[in-house]
Amino acid sequence: MENIINRHRNLTILAAVLFAQILGLAVQVKRGTDQGTSRLIRIWAVSAITPIEKGVGHTSRWFADTWHNYLYLRGVRSQNRELRGEIEHMRLEQVRMSEDAGQARRLQSLLGFREEFISQTMPAQVISTTGSEFSRGVFIDKGSRDGIKADMPVITPDGIVGKVFRVYPTSSLVLEINDSSSGAGVILEKSRLQGILKGSPTGQTFVANIMADEKIEPGERILTSGGDRVYPKGMAVGTVSRVNPAGTFLNVEVKPSAQLNRLEEVLVITKIVEKAPEANDQSAPVRAIDILAQRLPSVPPPKPAPQNKAPATAQPKPAGTTANPNAEAASPAAVPPETAGQASTKTKPAPSAEKNAASAKAAVEAAKPETTVKDTPR
Amino acid sequence: MRAQSASRGQIEVYRFPVAAAVGVPLAALLLQRFLPLHFPTTAIFDLPLLVTIYFGIARRNQISGLLTGGVIGLVQDSLTHQPLGLYGIAKTVVGYAASSLGVKLDVDNPGSRLLMLFAFYLLHQVIYLAVARGLAGEMLSWRWGHEAIAALANALLGLVLYTALDRLRHRT
Repeated sequence: MENIINRHRNLTILAAVLFAQILGLAVQVKRGTDQGTSRLIRIWAVSAITPIEKGVGHTSRWFADTWHNYLYLRGVRSQNRELRGEIEHMRLEQVRMSEDAGQARRLQSLLGFREEFISQTMPAQVISTTGSEFSRGVFIDKGSRDGIKADMPVITPDGIVGKVFRVYPTSSLVLEINDSSSGAGVILEKSRLQGILKGSPTGQTFVANIMADEKIEPGERILTSGGDRVYPKGMAVGTVSRVNPAGTFLNVEVKPSAQLNRLEEVLVITKIVEKAPEANDQSAPVRAIDILAQRLPSVPPPKPAPQNKAPATAQPKPAGTTANPNAEAASPAAVPPETAGQASTKTKPAPSAEKNAASAKAAVEAAKPETTVKDTPR
Repeated sequence: MRAQSASRGQIEVYRFPVAAAVGVPLAALLLQRFLPLHFPTTAIFDLPLLVTIYFGIARRNQISGLLTGGVIGLVQDSLTHQPLGLYGIAKTVVGYAASSLGVKLDVDNPGSRLLMLFAFYLLHQVIYLAVARGLAGEMLSWRWGHEAIAALANALLGLVLYTALDRLRHRT
């Protein structure tokens, strides 16, 4: 036996090295997370490589900035003229959209709808890729020392990029949405169909789980649905590039909005605030329908408890006012001031009006602005 | 960082200075990660693999070849999101095979280098895919067209790269 091993020493060492790696691989797959030795190896490798990459990246950016900002200015004047025209066009668009947004806010508040708002972001520079065709991700120059945590969403102004997969002290690995192991909850803008955005081994993105009998047109925008509890709702994901039937489901290919193969700077969403939108947002223009809604009769508040009986000399109060003046002061957020003020001057409404008023009051109560702050990941 | 103390017949054995033995794989790893940021098509190249093959055939020592491949592969693995060992196993085998081939054949000729690089790239991809699918449960598929083009591109790049690396080696 010893002779055989000696005779085939090199093959034996090869077998031993391969066996050790296969064993280590099996342990990692079984555990599912990085622990112990594998975590240490990754930290050592990343800590050795990323400082050099950061240095190279900063130097190359300095040269590029100098070239583009001070030397190569050909066509800047005409580009400036085009951009001014675009700004004018977008201003007109903004007026129309702000009115729509105001209306949406009011409707959402009536429904007690809770929205997620991006509260805090951190800009980060992309310093390198993973260097593998089979692992679609990038390294950013912010890590746990900067407050980055796993599963935080990463975006650009164009759309979502991916999520933080691994965090190291001074850098993080971001897994892009076109990696075969990534996934995101999405919704199609027009058809309102929901699905899961997935990546393929070839680096393409597609929406899974949409039935073949649904009608989807190429060019339709895709947004995040918020259902995955990672990406905030309503962020741009991409557009439908091609739709092919594949059995009982559709194969919906997606062109990502963010340029995933040319990333330079990204934003990491470090905090998301969940709150109900405020109906009386003064930033939106006030319209006649809103004034009418405010003038609806209010619901009379519940009668005070009988234990504190009002003195016999007390003046009778009109319906719709509070018996205990402190009761309203105790919960100022429950009723908007203008509604409360009108309610105190109204007489008792007719039964049908009372019914309407009850539903209006309930809606206002539901719109009570409660704010909860949460950190990603959830 | 010595390779082999004695030559075997007509086959020459080379060694490299420490700076080259450490610096070249490190530079390959850095470029592999940095170039696709600005030139996405360069993602088709596998510079660490080319370096593994080069050190394997130049040193002509099987243990040295497999260990070089194993270390480079594991570092490459640790910089991805996948489990450690996928590149490690593939490059260990390729490093061993390259040094075994180097022991038997003179692979300094450009024609034989081109063929060898083409074949080793395909071997590397086959092993990677087999391990990724069989052990790690990755849903990867073999694409003949893509792999053939990538193999050819890597072989051509390897020819240029090896000509430059030949200047760093010393005959023992």
